[in-house]
Order: sequence, then structure tokens, then C-alpha cells
Amino acid sequence: MKDRLIISGFGGQGVMLLGQFLAYAGMLDGRRVSWIPSYGPEMRGGTAYCSVTISDTSIASPVISRPDTLIVMNSPSLDRFLPAVRRYGIVVANSSMIEHIPELDRDIHLVSVPAQSIAEELKAPKASNMVMLGCYLGIRGGLSEKAVEAALQKAFVDAVKRPDLIPINRAAIERGRELALAGN
Amino acid sequence: MRVFERPKMLKDKVFHYCPGCTHGIVHRLVAEIIEEMEIRERTVGVCPVGCAVLAYDYLDIDMQEASHGRAPAVATGIKRVLPDRVVFTYQGDGDLAAIGMTETVHTAARGEPLTVIFINNAIYGMTNGQMAPTTLLGQRTQTTPYGRNAAKEGYPIKVCEMLATLDGPSYIARVSVGSYKSILNARKVLREAFRRQIEENAYALVEVLSTCPTNWSMKPRDAMDWIENEMQETFPVGIFKE
Amino acid sequence: MKKKQVLMKGNEAMAEGAIMAGCRYFFGYPITPQNEVPAHMAVSMPRAGGVFIQAESELAAINMVYGAAGAGARVMTSSSSPGISLKQEGISYLVGAELPCVIANIMRGGPGLGGIQPSQSDYYQAVKGGGHGDYRLIVLAPNSVQEMADLTMLAFDLADIYRNPVMILGDGNLGQMMEPVSFCKFRKRKLPPKDWATTGTAGRSRNIVKSLYLIPEQLEAHNRKLYRKFQTMKRCEVRFEEDIPEGCELLLTAFGTTARICRDVVDKLRQRGHKAGLFRPITLFPFPEERIKEVSSWVKAVMTVEMNMGQMVDDVRLAVEGRCPVHFYGRTGGVVPSVEEIVHEAGKILRGIKK
Repeated sequence: MKDRLIISGFGGQGVMLLGQFLAYAGMLDGRRVSWIPSYGPEMRGGTAYCSVTISDTSIASPVISRPDTLIVMNSPSLDRFLPAVRRYGIVVANSSMIEHIPELDRDIHLVSVPAQSIAEELKAPKASNMVMLGCYLGIRGGLSEKAVEAALQKAFVDAVKRPDLIPINRAAIERGRELALAGN
Repeated sequence: MRVFERPKMLKDKVFHYCPGCTHGIVHRLVAEIIEEMEIRERTVGVCPVGCAVLAYDYLDIDMQEASHGRAPAVATGIKRVLPDRVVFTYQGDGDLAAIGMTETVHTAARGEPLTVIFINNAIYGMTNGQMAPTTLLGQRTQTTPYGRNAAKEGYPIKVCEMLATLDGPSYIARVSVGSYKSILNARKVLREAFRRQIEENAYALVEVLSTCPTNWSMKPRDAMDWIENEMQETFPVGIFKE
Repeated sequence: MKKKQVLMKGNEAMAEGAIMAGCRYFFGYPITPQNEVPAHMAVSMPRAGGVFIQAESELAAINMVYGAAGAGARVMTSSSSPGISLKQEGISYLVGAELPCVIANIMRGGPGLGGIQPSQSDYYQAVKGGGHGDYRLIVLAPNSVQEMADLTMLAFDLADIYRNPVMILGDGNLGQMMEPVSFCKFRKRKLPPKDWATTGTAGRSRNIVKSLYLIPEQLEAHNRKLYRKFQTMKRCEVRFEEDIPEGCELLLTAFGTTARICRDVVDKLRQRGHKAGLFRPITLFPFPEERIKEVSSWVKAVMTVEMNMGQMVDDVRLAVEGRCPVHFYGRTGGVVPSVEEIVHEAGKILRGIKK
């Protein structure tokens, strides 16, 4: 398999972490991976996106102009990247933050998830990115449970020393996955 | 019996400095102190760009030649690699207080354990006598032909007074080599500046009021007097940080 | 057994590679997009028993490198385009005084303050000297996070062997990108002792580190000595990677990030039945001119792709010497060219050949 993703949203919505999470889990599963952030003068707010490639074969260009998968957390991101999505691609859209999701006349599989509402229901308002992640995993599959679990450890224990955050983020991933599977 | 002789680490080579220039005196003082302290084999010096660019031709020690103004950065690099060696810079007023002021201030602020020897002769000697950051008000130079005018060229920079406001330095002093008595005092102060580095692992800077008879258009004797009388009015001799 | 992989940014991999290669001194000044290098050094250098200083400017940083290199240490600095311009005087002095060190340029768009997005517009500056005087640096161009680590480790050895600064020429994309990287244990080569370093005169006559030669004949002799080193580099240090099919119709030449993109371009062209090839210089100085010269006698056309308005293409043209047409495609200012647009440009050239 080879999946080229663009993950985009406001700074602070956790899109960089989501991308690194996928790249890390993919690496643990023995795949080739790359992650490229957008970087700008602003530290917080503004639009942030990253490009992630997960592939069974070596990755030539890590720069993604035409993604297979688009994960968008807000409206400007959808407007910006939707035209670039490849035919038969997937778009996972955070409907909590995107009021108007256009009708697609192309062969693109669009899944909208009220990720922010779900995260808030789970009393984890910052975990909307993990709901999106779960949804992506539900649609694409491809990453092992073991790798996802290890990535959770890496993201919340190794990086920020907050093991208490793991259960709630795990739950967010699960909810996202359930939604994706139910939607199919 | 003590015999007055040439310090061994002062190479037997005729100085390229102009007649009456006091670089030779300061070189000799540095050589005497290094010998007296028995640190020759573990001393590394840094030459500037300016008249003393060839100081390595006269001092028989390991030396590096820095680009213009960067001697404190070069010395920082050496000292961090070789913390048990004695590292000094020898810089003129253009090198230290114009192009290299940033490095001067920040090296002092870090309190790098170095000894900085700052030759202030109020003029750019090697390039034929242009205005220095320490040129006195009213002083004529090639680039202030009508005399330094505060309204146009600003005021001379008082390096010691400025650096003494920092917490990093341990010892900041200004001396003169304009008379026999002044030279003896300069020797004492320079020795203390080396001692601070060796025994206290601390930063020390000594500003030395020096002559440039050629570019001042003065006889050597008058140049000596000019330091003692005119220059010291703007740049008083003394210890600014103990 | 598979080696342990770590997911790292290119900038971090470079910093880690430097420490593994025995670099214990790093002097730098913040500038985007290379800030992860000093950040990593600030954490890891003290742990490795080394020294990290955030200098007051790029000028101070490169001159601290000069002092430390002259004292015999393995030392490094990194910056990005505008900061590298500031270091040029120091780099010229380092070459003049024959001091080994490693300098990384994580390029961004210029001229002037330019932008902060990836670029390759400092190619000329890197390979043609950069500062004043007649000199060269060894310039290594990684194209992956793994190579950011590996080539940095190699750079320290090359610097010591030739007593010359070595530049790692990356770009914002390579610096910011994360990929898995595995570190092999650094195998120390036998290198000549640094008996020229200024460490104090104990037990020997004095050493002077300088680039000043006031007598023209002496300076000429010094320049000839440096030139001989550059010639030796040309003989011994050329590195490149190639995938050129028989009967190659279009040979793409690119370095760094653009070479990665061109790899996809070549695959796509082949899928469409074209005989496309890829040539990637790994050393930009010494430039693999001999190999390009050889292949240019039988490939139909060459296309150089860069993130600038055409710099390496000059060296490609010099090597090709008119044996085949050399085309250029570039994006600049921080724009990274897409596979699709390069394929489109290549298509135009291929149609021209087949007419």
C-alpha cells in the first residue's frame, strides 16, 4: 500500500501530532514513512498542515502535491486542499468546524465526522485529532493495533509525560473508528 | 645580580611598528608577564586586524590570527576547547570598539575566562589615520579633517566605563604607557588581568592608552605627553571593576 | 536483524550524527528553518561532555568555530541562507588558515531576507567559494533524513583529511522533514594528528593559525597548495547516484529534495513508455563532471531541475560541453516543484526529441 496524506487545520488542533502519530505507527509496522510540516512565522493559530506518506515501498518524493487522503479540521483547509485530492481518494472532514461540506462530483469518498463534538462528549476537547485519526484508521485500516498503542505511548508518555491522557485518547480513536465503520 | 635583558619569548626581530609607537612597549610587558608567570607553554594568543596583526611575528607563543573584530569570538572558541590554557586577545580600538563591539560586549557578558588587551590610540593606525571610535572630540584625522565634531561624528566610546556595567567581567582597568611611572603601573595591572584568568577563571580587560605619533603627526616625546595630558581627560586611568 | 529506527527531523538527525562523529563543540545563532539543530545541540552537547554556545551573531558563531578548530577540536555551526551569507567572511578565513569544520546551510528562499520556505538558491554560493578569495568547500547534498545524519558524519572526516571546511547543503524541507533514521556506530578512521593546532608550545616549537601572507609569492604558493587540495578532492571525493537506462532519452539531474521529486518523475515517465533516467550529485563540489561528460555522449537530452532559477545547470552544461541539449526547470522563492509540473515540462522536451 501507499497512502499520501495531507492533514490540515488551525494551529492548535493537533494536526502536526496527528501526522507524526501516523508516521511513527507506520514506521513501527515496518513501512517507509515521511512527515513534512508546514512551517511559518506564526507559533499558534493560523493554518497548519503536514504531509505524511506511508508506503510499503521506498518513498521517492516526500513532497505531496496530490494527496490520496485528506484529513481536514477546518473550512479553509478543505477549500485549499480538496481540489488536489486524487481520484478515488478519501476526505475525512471535521464537520464540527466545517459548516458547509460541498457535494463532490468526483470519485472521492468523503466522510464527515463531528470530531470536536465527540471529543467534547468524551470530556477531551483537545482530542478531536484522535477522533479524526480513528476515523481514518476505520476507513483505511493498514496500521496494527500494536503500532497505534506504541504511538500513544510515544505521544503522551515519552513526549509530554502524561500517561493519564492515554485512556481518553484511546477512547477518542475508538469512537472515530466506530463512526467510520458504521458509516460504511 | 639581575641583568636587564630581552624577554626570551620576545623574538629577536625588529618591530614593524613606527618609531615612537608604544605597541613595542606593550608587547614587551606581555612577554615579561608571561615569562614571569611561567605560562608560556600553555598560553595561546589571538591577534587582531590592525597594526598588531603581525604580533605573532614577535611573541614566541602559539597564536591565532582572527578576522577584523572577532578576536573575542576566536578566543572563546579556543578557551572552550582548552579550558586549562591561558588565552588572551590583543586588539586595537577599531577592532575592539567599532567592528568588533558586539563580540567585545557579549564575551564580557558571558564572563569568558580570557584576558583582553585593548590598545587605544584614538586613531586607525594601519590604514593611515582615520577616525576611531575613541577619537577625541576636536581631534583631526584623515576622515575628520576639521576635527571630530560631536554633532556629526558623535562622541568617543568609553569602553571600560561601559563594560564595567556588566556582571560578567571580573576586572576592568585603564592604564597608560605615556610615562615611565605609567608603564610600571600598566605592568602591574596587566599582570593582574592574567592572574584573574588563571586563578579565578574570570574575564579581565585592560585598556592601554597608546601613542600613534605617525598618524597624530607628533614627535614621539610629544605623543607620550599627549596621552598623559589630553587623552586622559576623556579616558581617565583607573580600575573600573575590581 | 533490522537496525533500530528513530523517527526524526532532518535537522535533529544532522545534529545527532555530528555528536556521534565526535563533534563536541557547536556554536550557532537562531534562524528558521534550522532551529532544531541548535535546540538539539543545547540538550545533547552537555550530555556528551561537549559545549554548546548560542552566539551573539552568525559572525561570532563562525569565529568561535575558527578558534575551536584552530585549537584542534571537531566543531560545527549551522544556519540558513541569510545567516550563511554572514558567515562567509569567516568561512574564507577558515579555508585560508586550513581549519577543518562542518557548516550546515538549511537553505531558504532569497535574496535578502527572502522567505523561510525551502530553496536551493545558495548553490553558487556554496560550490563556487562564497566568500572572498580563490577557494572551495567540499559540499555534500543529502536527500533524506538518513543522509542528513550519514553525510554529516562523513563531513567531519573529510574536513579533517583535507583540513578544509565541509558544507552540508540541505534545504528547509530536508531540515523539517521527519523520516526513520538508523545510526550506525561511527567508525573512526585513522587520521593525521592535528600537530598544527594551537594548544600551547609545551614540547614543541610554536604553531600559528593564520591566513595572512603579505608577500605575493608566498600567498601564491599558499594558494597553489590549497588548489592542489581541491584537485585531490576532485580526484577522490566525487559522489553521486544514478539510474540511467540504456538508450536514455531524457536524463534528469537534480540534488537534494528536488532529486527525490525527480525520482517520482522518472518513474512516471517510464510508466508512460519513455526512457528516462536520474542523476543525483551527492557531492556538489567536487561536481561529478566526468560522469556527466561520459553519459552526455549518448543520452538524448538532459533536464536539470532545481529550486532556483538555474544554478547547478551551469555546471551540468560545462560537463556536457554541448554534446546534447541541456534544459532547465526550476521553481523558486520557497515554491517546491510538483511531480506533475516537472512531468509536464519533461513531456514537452520528449515530444521535441521524438519529432
